[in-house]
Amino acid sequence: MLTTLRVRRYNPEDPQPGPFFEDYKLELDPSDSVLDGLIKVRETLDDSLALRCSCRGAICGSCGMRINGHAALACKTKVMSLTQSGDTIEVEPMNNMPVIKDLVTDMAPFWEKISQVQPWLKPSEPPPVGEYLASPESMNHLAGVMSCIMCGVCVSDCTVLEVDTSFVGPAALAKAYRFVADPRDTSTTLRLETLNQPSGMWDCTRCMECIQVCPKGVGPMDRIMALRAKGLEEKVPSTCGSRHAEVFTDIIKHKGILDEPMLAVRTFGLKHVGRLLEMIPMVMQSVFKGKVPLAGPLHRPISSIQHIQRLFTRVRKKS
Amino acid sequence: MKYAFFPGCVSKGACPELYQSVMQVYPKLGIALEEMTTASCTGAGVLQEKDEKLGDVLNARTFALAEQRGLPIMTICSTCQGVMSQANHRLTTQPEYLQGINAILQEEGLTYRGTTTIKHFLWILLEDVGEEALREKITKRLTGLRAAPFYGCYIQRPTEALGFEEHPDRGKALERIIEILGAEVVDFPGKTRCCGFPILTINKINSLSMVATHTQDAKSHGADIMVTPCPLCHLNLDGMQSQAASQQKTSINLPILHLPQLLGLAMGMKPKTLGLQRNLISPDLPLARIGMGP
Repeated sequence: MLTTLRVRRYNPEDPQPGPFFEDYKLELDPSDSVLDGLIKVRETLDDSLALRCSCRGAICGSCGMRINGHAALACKTKVMSLTQSGDTIEVEPMNNMPVIKDLVTDMAPFWEKISQVQPWLKPSEPPPVGEYLASPESMNHLAGVMSCIMCGVCVSDCTVLEVDTSFVGPAALAKAYRFVADPRDTSTTLRLETLNQPSGMWDCTRCMECIQVCPKGVGPMDRIMALRAKGLEEKVPSTCGSRHAEVFTDIIKHKGILDEPMLAVRTFGLKHVGRLLEMIPMVMQSVFKGKVPLAGPLHRPISSIQHIQRLFTRVRKKS
Repeated sequence: MKYAFFPGCVSKGACPELYQSVMQVYPKLGIALEEMTTASCTGAGVLQEKDEKLGDVLNARTFALAEQRGLPIMTICSTCQGVMSQANHRLTTQPEYLQGINAILQEEGLTYRGTTTIKHFLWILLEDVGEEALREKITKRLTGLRAAPFYGCYIQRPTEALGFEEHPDRGKALERIIEILGAEVVDFPGKTRCCGFPILTINKINSLSMVATHTQDAKSHGADIMVTPCPLCHLNLDGMQSQAASQQKTSINLPILHLPQLLGLAMGMKPKTLGLQRNLISPDLPLARIGMGP
């Protein structure tokens, strides 16, 4: 199948470094991977094309790049999953990290964030004679998150990192969960308190980009949600993030539906009254425009609220 | 085409114009609705931060109520759709888990058998009403209006729970609707990204940066208006747009329409009937340009 690979090129050593797109037309088998195609380009059409790859089997995590707008491992992305008729395939370097040349990105900021979460076990007692013991259940629970190959794909497509480079990011937070949930680690509270800080676990928007693109099924956002649940369970110092989740749940328990004004007032509280005051112009404009709840400003509980409350009680009892 | 209608909290709360506009358009599309007045909030992914199982119990209750009526559920909110789809995916792919949830529901006289389908109004337009029937309802094509789609995360990801494998066109449904209504699709990279609403109370600067990025990006690609199937995105993109513009020290002024508002205009309804005067960024100018005055 005659296919075009449209590759974003960039070479800082060139007088005109780019970036710019360059088209490579080549014959590809539908079962080829995008990486096969890029290697063919380098070997037969343009040996100046820079890319990073190694195992070609989705193990080493070297060939992360954006393919048709989403980050993926080039070795795991089959041409046939992108086109049946030779449509152009667009290949770009990963996002949210500096580009060194063409498709090669600088992973240094990625590793810096991984090391920020101290990705090693911190037992409190001296090492046991022999091995550390952990139950099979606890290790099975961690198997998913331990599948992470540090490819950076989740970081590339993270919507928060796009606007705020200080966010610790999905890969590092998933790695943090791996240690928070490890029964051999004894720094859980300290870890959660650190992650509770600005740019930590509460800054994730829950956009699910990382879940969608992760090539190993790690589900970084699910791990971030699990960190938040652990944080609430461990009663880490309250933040707007933790209060938002607590208050939201409490409102559903008492009304069955959301009461937006109540959520804002109780989330910010007196401590962040300034944030509430900042909302006044928007609220005034909404009222002026008639953008007010259909049933009036007081959100009454739904008629079946007793059912909802009994379910809350029963779930709590069971867990 | 009859559905158990799940309006979601926001269409009854901070975005009453969404409820108003969907109430105007649905009867003319051959759709019948029974509103689920006793259903609870889906949890919106926030309650799930605290307790995912509790969220699944509440949603399983809603699914069981629809199952009792023998009706599929219709949503009008990307977030409600996504949270329900994810819950339903967990319940229908893990029989033992469903059994545990049913053990909790049974004391309320309910059992969920796993047969309820949940469909956003956007998907219903294309998959159930159908393109041909929809075209017949269009009396005033939106020719000359350049509309940028904005989906909302929960109706785009994760694709496995949203049935994209069975319905691959769902990923482009909004563009398809815009074309059917006679408007011009303005494609831009941010259309499937996050509007920033979930972190508005947590990190306002980042949240507003997202609003500014996407609205400015759509405008720079030539959009007159943006259309969204998600009222939470609407709250941020419309409600917080002027603050986002101030933060970036610029002006944006891009009207954001709810999907049924845009549809209603193409069905010949007056802007006021569709609650367009309630949108904080007025769409009067771009609508006047195509001969649709207030």
